[in-house]
Amino acid sequence: MKQPTRVVAICFVVAIVGALGAAGVYFAGGQPQLEGTFLALALGGVGAGLIVWAKELMAGIKDKTEDRGHGPLSEQDTGAAADTILEGVQDIQRRKLLSRLLLGAGAALGLAAIVPIRSLGQAPGDSLFVTPWRKGMRLVDEEGNIVTRDTVEPGSFATVFPEGHVGSADGQAVLINVGSVKLDLPADRLAGAPEGLVVYSKVCTHAGCPIGLYLAAEHELRCPCHQSTFDVLDGATPVYGPAPRPLPQLLIEIASDGTLVAQGEFTGPIGPSFWDLP
Amino acid sequence: MIIKRWVEGVDERLDGSSFISRNLTKVFPDHWSFMLGEIALYAFILLVLTGTFLAFFYVASPDLMTYSGSYEPLQGQQVSAAYESVLRVSFDVPAGLVMRQTHHWAALIFVAAIVVHLLRIFFTGAFRKPREMSWVMGIGLLLSSIGAGFTGYSLPDDLLSGTGLRIVYSVVQSIPIVGTWIAFMLFGGEFPDAALLPRLFVAHIFIIPLAIIGMLSAHLAVVWHQTHTQFRGPGRTESTVTGTPVWPKFALKSTGLGFMTFAILVALGGLFQINPVWLYGQFVPYSGPSPAQPDYYAGWLEGLLRLWPNWEFTVFGHTIGELFLPSVVIPGIMFTVLALWPFIEARVTGDKGWHNFAQKPREAPVRSGIGAAGIAFMTVLLIAGSNDVLSKMLNIEVDTFNSVLKWLVFVVPPVAGWATWRVCRDLQRRDAHPISKHSRMVLRRNAAGGFDDVEES
Repeated sequence: MKQPTRVVAICFVVAIVGALGAAGVYFAGGQPQLEGTFLALALGGVGAGLIVWAKELMAGIKDKTEDRGHGPLSEQDTGAAADTILEGVQDIQRRKLLSRLLLGAGAALGLAAIVPIRSLGQAPGDSLFVTPWRKGMRLVDEEGNIVTRDTVEPGSFATVFPEGHVGSADGQAVLINVGSVKLDLPADRLAGAPEGLVVYSKVCTHAGCPIGLYLAAEHELRCPCHQSTFDVLDGATPVYGPAPRPLPQLLIEIASDGTLVAQGEFTGPIGPSFWDLP
Repeated sequence: MIIKRWVEGVDERLDGSSFISRNLTKVFPDHWSFMLGEIALYAFILLVLTGTFLAFFYVASPDLMTYSGSYEPLQGQQVSAAYESVLRVSFDVPAGLVMRQTHHWAALIFVAAIVVHLLRIFFTGAFRKPREMSWVMGIGLLLSSIGAGFTGYSLPDDLLSGTGLRIVYSVVQSIPIVGTWIAFMLFGGEFPDAALLPRLFVAHIFIIPLAIIGMLSAHLAVVWHQTHTQFRGPGRTESTVTGTPVWPKFALKSTGLGFMTFAILVALGGLFQINPVWLYGQFVPYSGPSPAQPDYYAGWLEGLLRLWPNWEFTVFGHTIGELFLPSVVIPGIMFTVLALWPFIEARVTGDKGWHNFAQKPREAPVRSGIGAAGIAFMTVLLIAGSNDVLSKMLNIEVDTFNSVLKWLVFVVPPVAGWATWRVCRDLQRRDAHPISKHSRMVLRRNAAGGFDDVEES
């Protein structure tokens, strides 16, 4: 056998062995790495064999030159197709009443066809302005355990939800214990953060990611998605990154049994901005 | 022979003047860069094959259940039916993991091959008249492939992709006037809605593949009809095409390339882990992965979001969200300019002629410069999209890294563009310099005994 013939033959033999090997591995219980390798050998054997065949054993087939059979239209051909179409259109338009009615029917049908899109989702309504938080709702953690004044140590934080709404996407909030560090908040909002326990919405006002990082030393919340950073002591105003608005605060109070209770809704709509946001 | 009878039968019915042999002897010019589009095509074929296998196992449902499959760390945990089905295909369906990983790798290579193919067409001016239609459809295919990739990696309902969906929802919501309505219609309601996964599945396995197959067919048909571009060479002219006949040589070579593409993708799928969703965990709306990285074809968008300043505008008591400019307007402008590039260039240069010759990049220094600037821009954005990982690797503060990138995004593209323009112009001048080429001159003796020189022969 001549050299290229031998190479192609070896390639195809490798392909056969690879394919059988892949099937063998499969029936022997399977193993991803071996399956991948054998399949790659099978496919690569066929591929390499074909390429070597075409390149080496078909050297006799020389490059050919042929006419493209395709070029700019001649003067008299230009516009012929457009003329044919326009003639047809004119023929239709000659019947003024009928053609206009047809147009109207088409438009109406188009409109009617779009209408069912409305079924795809509920109307936004005020759903972006409300969360499950109501006055008197207790704060619970990710497991649904009641959160008290002692749950979160000074300098740390926890994810909290309204009781009965664990996992809520728009009700999620972070409870931070800033300890004895002074919060720079207006009087009414400061009252909603008793004993250094301050709660903000956990939904980033930039792109809606949950804010997962608390930099305790700087008292900053940071979103892992686009690095928006909020100053916890200063009403969660954005101090770095692309977030444009502060995180709304959830005003809480400490009940007589030490549990934390919401005073009502967040101080503003949570999450990223939208058109109807004032 | 039966094949002979069949072919004759088909030929007789389609075209008396031998439709089949006319197309079988069609020639294709040979150049390595002409194969990039073929690689995209073959990656797509493998995507359809592996994707069909995966679709038999995937469950498009967010309903929670207790995991009891063979991946021990998650046993007993609450997971969605979708997430469970992806774990099942990865760990409990024989050959499932190879199929899934090959599918993901093929998607990455598919988009990459389209991008590199696009760059080849751009830098060689192969989009010029009469091939503008192929270009526009190519941009459509690029967008569809990104859409296919995004909807695909969102299906497992894992923490990483779920966070990506949350961002997309917020982006749609930021569109002025109709944003919240579109977001609610697309996602079924306020995020996360149970309607979402089935919709992503329909988009991923039906709507987008249908769009891709439609555009791909038209793209190939137009290429076939218009014949391929070729580089200049001896004996080559605008009105002819020189290359390998389709049957059997080109067919064998191209099929060989297809099998090599399959082989590499299967090897990647078997040997290199990709998108290990079992490490990310089930999606829950109150937890986010850190660091968070999308697949690279969405990475530049992520970079744009990370670098964009926190500008927000209020118009007549309404808010134009921060996300609207960097994630809707800017990419919208970029893709519009890209899609219309052949027409923009023809308008600016006034070149309305037919071009069957592909150019060397140096023959169009301004275009090449703009292309290089574009690549540089996308590269900086891609780096910005992985700033959290890179700053950790380089051991610098992510804020410092961002500040540097904010400068680089303005500085690097013009510099890269200018440098490319200079290099192209210099190369072009060297090509054109008289003594760099041999020239032949015919000298003819005249009656007076002197020499008349005749121009190049």
